[in-house]
Amino acid sequence: MSAAAILHLLIAFALAPLMTGVANRVKAGFAGRTGAPVLQPYYDLARLLRKGAVYSTTTTWVFRLGPCLGVAGAAAALVVAPWGGGRATLAFDGDLLFFAAALALARFGTILAALDTGSAFEGMGASREATFAALAEPSLLVGLLALARASGELSLSGIYHALTPGHLAAPGGVAVLLVAAAFGIVFLAENARLPVDDPNTHLELTMIHEAMALDHGGPDLALIHYGAALKFWALGTLVAGFVAPVHDGAWTALAAILGGMFLLSVAVGVAESVMARLRLAKVPNFLAAAFALSVLALLLSAHAKGGS
Amino acid sequence: MIPVLLALLALLLTGGLAAAWSCPRGASRIAAGGTAVAGLLSGATAVQTLAGAAPAALTLPWSVPLGAFSMGMDPLSAWFVLALAFLAPLAAVFGVGSLRDEEASRRARTAWGWFNLLVASMLLTLTARNGMLFLAAWEMMTLSSFFLVMHEHERASTRDAGWIYLVASHVGTAFLFAFFVILGRGTTMDFTAFGPPATGGALFLLALVGFGTKAGLAPLHVWLPEAHPAAPSHVSALMSGVMIKLGIYGLLRTLDFLGEPQAWWGWLLVVAGTVSAGFGVLLALGQRDLKRLLAYSSVENVGILAAGLGLGVIAARGGHPLAAALAVAGALIHIWNHACFKSLLFLGAGAVRHAAGTTDLDLLGGLLKRMPVTGASFLAGAAALAALPPLGGFLGEFLILLAALRLALFGGMSELGAGALAIAGLGLAGGLAAACFARAAGMAFLGEPRAPGAAGAREASKWMTRPMEALATTTLAASLFAPLALRAAGALVRNMSWLPDGAASSLAGCGRVVWGVCLGSALLVGLSATVFLFRARRRRGRPTRAAGTWDCGYAAPTARMQYTASSFSEPLTSLFRAVVRPGERARPPEKRFPAPSAFSSTGKDLFRGRVFVPVFRAVSEAAEWVRRLQQGRAQLYVLYVALAALALLVWKLR
Amino acid sequence: METFAEVLIILVVLTNLKLLGSSRATACIRTVAAQGVLLAALPLVTSGDAITLRMIAQALVSGTLKAFVLPFLLLRATRGARAGRELAPFVGYTTSILLGVALMPLALALGRKLGVTGPAGADLLAPAALFTLLVGLLIIVCRKQAVTLVVGYLAMENGIYAMGLAFAQREPLLVEMGILLDVFAAVFVMGLVARHIHREFDTLDTDRLSSLKG
Repeated sequence: MSAAAILHLLIAFALAPLMTGVANRVKAGFAGRTGAPVLQPYYDLARLLRKGAVYSTTTTWVFRLGPCLGVAGAAAALVVAPWGGGRATLAFDGDLLFFAAALALARFGTILAALDTGSAFEGMGASREATFAALAEPSLLVGLLALARASGELSLSGIYHALTPGHLAAPGGVAVLLVAAAFGIVFLAENARLPVDDPNTHLELTMIHEAMALDHGGPDLALIHYGAALKFWALGTLVAGFVAPVHDGAWTALAAILGGMFLLSVAVGVAESVMARLRLAKVPNFLAAAFALSVLALLLSAHAKGGS
Repeated sequence: MIPVLLALLALLLTGGLAAAWSCPRGASRIAAGGTAVAGLLSGATAVQTLAGAAPAALTLPWSVPLGAFSMGMDPLSAWFVLALAFLAPLAAVFGVGSLRDEEASRRARTAWGWFNLLVASMLLTLTARNGMLFLAAWEMMTLSSFFLVMHEHERASTRDAGWIYLVASHVGTAFLFAFFVILGRGTTMDFTAFGPPATGGALFLLALVGFGTKAGLAPLHVWLPEAHPAAPSHVSALMSGVMIKLGIYGLLRTLDFLGEPQAWWGWLLVVAGTVSAGFGVLLALGQRDLKRLLAYSSVENVGILAAGLGLGVIAARGGHPLAAALAVAGALIHIWNHACFKSLLFLGAGAVRHAAGTTDLDLLGGLLKRMPVTGASFLAGAAALAALPPLGGFLGEFLILLAALRLALFGGMSELGAGALAIAGLGLAGGLAAACFARAAGMAFLGEPRAPGAAGAREASKWMTRPMEALATTTLAASLFAPLALRAAGALVRNMSWLPDGAASSLAGCGRVVWGVCLGSALLVGLSATVFLFRARRRRGRPTRAAGTWDCGYAAPTARMQYTASSFSEPLTSLFRAVVRPGERARPPEKRFPAPSAFSSTGKDLFRGRVFVPVFRAVSEAAEWVRRLQQGRAQLYVLYVALAALALLVWKLR
Repeated sequence: METFAEVLIILVVLTNLKLLGSSRATACIRTVAAQGVLLAALPLVTSGDAITLRMIAQALVSGTLKAFVLPFLLLRATRGARAGRELAPFVGYTTSILLGVALMPLALALGRKLGVTGPAGADLLAPAALFTLLVGLLIIVCRKQAVTLVVGYLAMENGIYAMGLAFAQREPLLVEMGILLDVFAAVFVMGLVARHIHREFDTLDTDRLSSLKG
């Protein structure tokens, strides 16, 4: 547990909402608008935290607990999340399973909170969220296994520490790129981004993540937004770790992951500007592609490592 | 060993007494009291054994050919006995509450007799050290649970379920009989006398079919989703929580008997386990009936256990002691955890049925407000089943997946294949289980009631809520006691002869991992609490209002507009329709003034419809043909006898 | 150069997955064309320094045929109102991808068993070739539309060509030319048939051809 690891955690907690702002700004630029300030997500959070709320008479304590679990789960995932070559605050063999499970807890909380309202739209969103998350799970785990096999490590920090640019040149190095692509898909699906879900849509029937938050207001909505931002960062580190595999020292790694996250948000903004949303029925296809990439990567890295 | 014997006596005595007792209220209390005493006695012995006491043994005279009434308690038995000793009394207490309505009837009193007999036979099965005694206890267990499944025998579906259960169990027992006879070479049935046989592979297959049927491993699971929902809930809790685990116990004993395992046994277990896990959870997603859903989820969890054992076998064979130890320890810990939360969920379903009159998810809803304790306990159980930290259920699956990771990382190509299959399969099953139990808990307990039955529900009596509270507390705290659980599992791992030498010691060396899980779980609890308190502080002094659910501006939302269980799982069941075969009944709106339209779906069992029904139909047709031999005419029988005698004579004088 | 070869082979595998996952006939045609080009370029990468004029010519011929001539023929056949999209295949696209995922380790295991090392840096060529072959077969089994069937056939041909590359590193020309001739004729005929089916029945659903049975 180094000072830089703690600092990364604090920076993540502080800067997570900024990434949405950056992505939105990029999108605005593409559309030829000035766009909202980059700090808009912070203004929104502050405004929501000051507000009161309307609670449906249908709801129970589950509705109030859900957003808290959403934040706590994503934050716990961040604690084991790798950042470039740096070692996370908490790292142990198999922490990648804990990472996935903590995010699953966050999701479980949000889904139950959505179902607690009894609203048809929130039920629909919850159903879709559960479906796509379940389908994304094997891609994430198999992709991490491929990385583990390529690096010979079993903890997220170890894996990402072992990944160097030299890996790409070595036989089987393409596997790493394939995993990066698979994680990219998982990242988009889990964070409710295009082409799986449109964060800007206002048509309830097509929404996934936003549909689950229709009845939340005030501090609860703030927590949901903040939890989503933390999740964006946590899963983002898995993708950005490929973009910025720096190992010279904890501080350079920190700088690299910040740059990587920034690049990632810009890339998300660009992607959302030029892509269309997939039909819902096509999303499993998209996730199956991620799974295929992960499996291919696993086979490649296993083949390159030899073995009989 | 004496306490276990006393426990058995207490169970039989109180069971018999309860069945014969005339005072209605007394019967259930006597029986439950007996179970509690037996639980204390046997649980204490089990704890002692696990804590390191010398394995106990006891032999009594028994005049059965090849049989001996020899019992024993070693760590492996103790592990399962402890689960039984913990769950049986809680289930019994719940039973006192749930059978109250009909306790005046004779049926309830006999049910208590069967219940105690079931507990006693499970205890005997776990401590038997002789094949004959084991089979006798096994059979007693099957029969007593059969009568409990038939409790509501006036329903045709229950009778159906009972018969399927009886037939399946006996087919399994037949395999076990062959297994023990071949294992003892027809000369002995004593567990201690079983040596590593020459035909290990064939014996393993026999044991896999025999024990796998009891465990509910796909495709031998067909009886499970019929029998478990039909039984009274406290019995289903015991059946799903402990009885099916006895199949896993049998497999563990088998591995001990058979000596050096082969790699393909492990592969078979991993494939069967992964298929069970995926298939079970998909079918669970397709169910509308809460208890059937839980039964299918048991198939899933047994699959996880089998996959864990299989990984252990492959790792042991390939010389990866730590991976083998982790896989087996994970399976063992998952046995305890699953026993706790699955019983909890079944008890919850029982309470729901008691209160709302149905377990059809499409007719429930909003029960958390009406039944706060049951609802909260059920939610905890559902989250535990979804393997979410910090609840129970996470640790076991974590260790099994970690073993798979290690195996895939350090093994050769085929070990990589097994590990990757387990990781992908169990990962998908885990994600689906989360979806499934978010659906089950959400549809039953959240939202608004979808039918008058649910609207009028009231919290169950203390007899029923207390056991659920106890189980929920255990489940909630489970992950935080990870190091303790792992140390206890280590004691078993040391005793397993088929694991490589360094297994137990390497397990002791991975304390860092377990502390990591503990710390992570504590972190989750701490963070959730912090955020919740923060939120509470923000809310103080701000205006909050109560209103109807907004639902995007509908002025008068009704409960019928909610998402139902069928609609929640529709994306997944239609995606996996090749497996689930949703029996969908859709009446879409038509024409300009549409008639009432509807959509509903239930998951149908692929194996039952495609494999077992045709096979059994063929068997019954063959049996029809054999029946022609029996005409009822004496002359014909004399003819048979004469023919048989003639044939023998010819054979002898050949 | 070795990494190049590896990248090319992986791209070939990815085009196979794309073939399994796309529903539009035109997308399938373009994908299989890209696959042909990738395979045509492969000998240039794997041969190291000894690139001869003959190899370049061979790559050019093979590439032109697969990238332009055959796709042109097929695209012409699909040019009709309803031919663009595959309607309700026997096996869904997601399932097809998953079947493809299951075929990958199988192809790898079989390819390794074959013991063909292939040219330098391309020891994955034999498994990739097998995979391409299997995917082609899978498409022929799972799809209904005439044009998509031809695409499956082309993928199989690509697989055979890649296998030839793995076996006979220097002289795949003879094998290739023989096969190409076959395929060319077949695609030509299939293209004509498809056009005629389309003109007569206004659909390219081969399933409907069974209604022609007396």
